[in-house]
Amino acid sequence: MSTSSASYRDIDALRQDLSRRKLIDQLFVIVGLIVMLACLAILAVLFIDLIRDGAPRFGWDFFTNFASRKPERAGILAAWVGTSLIMLVTAFCAVPVGVAAAIYLEEYAPKNWFTAIIEINVTNLAGVPSIVYGLLALGLFVYQFDLGQSIAAAGFTLALLILPIVIVATREAIRAVPNAIREAAYGLGATRWEVTKDHVLPYSTGGILTGMILGLSRAIGETAPIITIGALSFIAFLPQSPVKGEFPFLSFEWLKDPFTAMPIQMFNWVSRPDPEFQANAAAAGAILLGMTLLMNGVAIWIRYRYRKKINW
Amino acid sequence: MISRSALRYRKLRDRVVESFLLLAGLVAVFTTIAIVAILLIESSAFFEHVSLVEFFTDTMWTPLFADAHYGILPLVAGTLTTTLVALAVAVPLGTTIAIYLSEFAPTQVRETVKPILELLGAVPTVVYGYFALTMVTPVLQKLIPELPGFNMLSAGLVIGLMIVPYVSSLSEDAMRAVPRYMREGSYAMGATRLQTALRVVVPGAFSGLAAAFILGISRAVGETMVVAIAAGMQPNFTFDPREPAATITAYIVQVSLGDLPHGSIGYQSIFAAGLVLMAITLVFNVIGFSLTRRFREAY
Repeated sequence: MSTSSASYRDIDALRQDLSRRKLIDQLFVIVGLIVMLACLAILAVLFIDLIRDGAPRFGWDFFTNFASRKPERAGILAAWVGTSLIMLVTAFCAVPVGVAAAIYLEEYAPKNWFTAIIEINVTNLAGVPSIVYGLLALGLFVYQFDLGQSIAAAGFTLALLILPIVIVATREAIRAVPNAIREAAYGLGATRWEVTKDHVLPYSTGGILTGMILGLSRAIGETAPIITIGALSFIAFLPQSPVKGEFPFLSFEWLKDPFTAMPIQMFNWVSRPDPEFQANAAAAGAILLGMTLLMNGVAIWIRYRYRKKINW
Repeated sequence: MISRSALRYRKLRDRVVESFLLLAGLVAVFTTIAIVAILLIESSAFFEHVSLVEFFTDTMWTPLFADAHYGILPLVAGTLTTTLVALAVAVPLGTTIAIYLSEFAPTQVRETVKPILELLGAVPTVVYGYFALTMVTPVLQKLIPELPGFNMLSAGLVIGLMIVPYVSSLSEDAMRAVPRYMREGSYAMGATRLQTALRVVVPGAFSGLAAAFILGISRAVGETMVVAIAAGMQPNFTFDPREPAATITAYIVQVSLGDLPHGSIGYQSIFAAGLVLMAITLVFNVIGFSLTRRFREAY
């Protein structure tokens, strides 16, 4: 029959077409895998090179020496102390404000234009280039508030920078708490704040901690904003100690001290033509990289642990 | 029995706490206002000295020289060139990886690679700058012998590589959000996985993909340390990626590294540059949001 021979031809054509499409499909699997592995491999090679370039500098002296004109004697003492103190200020500002803002948006805020404005602002701030935060800090903190080029100014700047990260992470953590828990507490007569403080927050601690660490790991590597406020890259002294021998034992004078930080120190060494200094830059970069990866690893670990522990 | 005064106290405390929480929420609004205000105030002082016509048409940017020119074009050209180079790397690679991870990769591969991608997004950009200057540029110089030590090509390539994890991770999230029944409908019609990915999943996830790329562009435009380290900091009106040039961000860094007195024209010029940078990123964000709205599909 003529119709059946026509459909046979159709089936052959269909089969051919099908095998061609399947071949393309298989090809893409290979291409996709290669592209992905190539990207990861390139980045891996770069990281390994960084560590290898910096390897000769690793040692106790590198951590206990100040920056120096002689590359082999230069160290990162002022830089890591500065970075630690800045992170302290950043965490103390960004975490309470960020968590509070997230609680407001998730638990309290009515659905109206006013809340929408706050939400749009949080989203937009996450997209503002970090150097613009530096300009804000230069105009506002350094000159208007007269904080100068101090640890406090840097800490506040980075706190504003990571605020959206902390807010978004906390909101996600709070949203994951089932409504049944809130309703049970309300049913027993708890006020909104009691529900939040005693039930919602304890359940979202894991998510909040994760957000905090991710935010700080972003802040620790930020270079541009603190260059903009005018961090010095050659500092051969430490800020005043936060702990004093006599009463009241704590001092906040260090907040006003000039500083340098790990990424600033690295940038300073990278921009010198002397290859000896490049080794210092690589070593500082490897340490900085190690710190960020460690923080992220801890964040992932916390998220995993809390997820396992909670059974609704 | 709960005493009435205790109840009143608890309710009052609730109200006080709420206003503190609201205040924290308003910090985000204040930050935005402060950014815009600082940029506008300092730039308006700048524009008292420099006319808008000169700012947008002069092809030289030399605010710190005796023969001062204030044309933003060279900095904008530098920014656009490095961004385009970065996108030329990030768009094809990021999309391919996202399609592979979302539609083809076995679960184990995806669960391993996704955290790695997120981890890579956390690497400090100054480290990427070091890569561009000391590792990528020498390799490129072997391919293009006349390439100078500072060039936009190397900076752009590294920025591209830097935003690949970011773009592919976001795109993958968007594609995974496309419901399973849409894929199954496509498979039932005899489509292969690739056809389903390209004709069903990608259009379905368009809003998310657009958002991923817009955020990628935003990052490339605002990227500072890579260009400051690897592209040189000399303003240069060119779109040739092989040449050294300064971007808007690199100029701000260059000025900040020096010690310019508060209130001088050089000091004000970085705020004018920052204002332009804000405007460019804002344009991209607006385009991104409108794209997202137009192509958003309700599931």
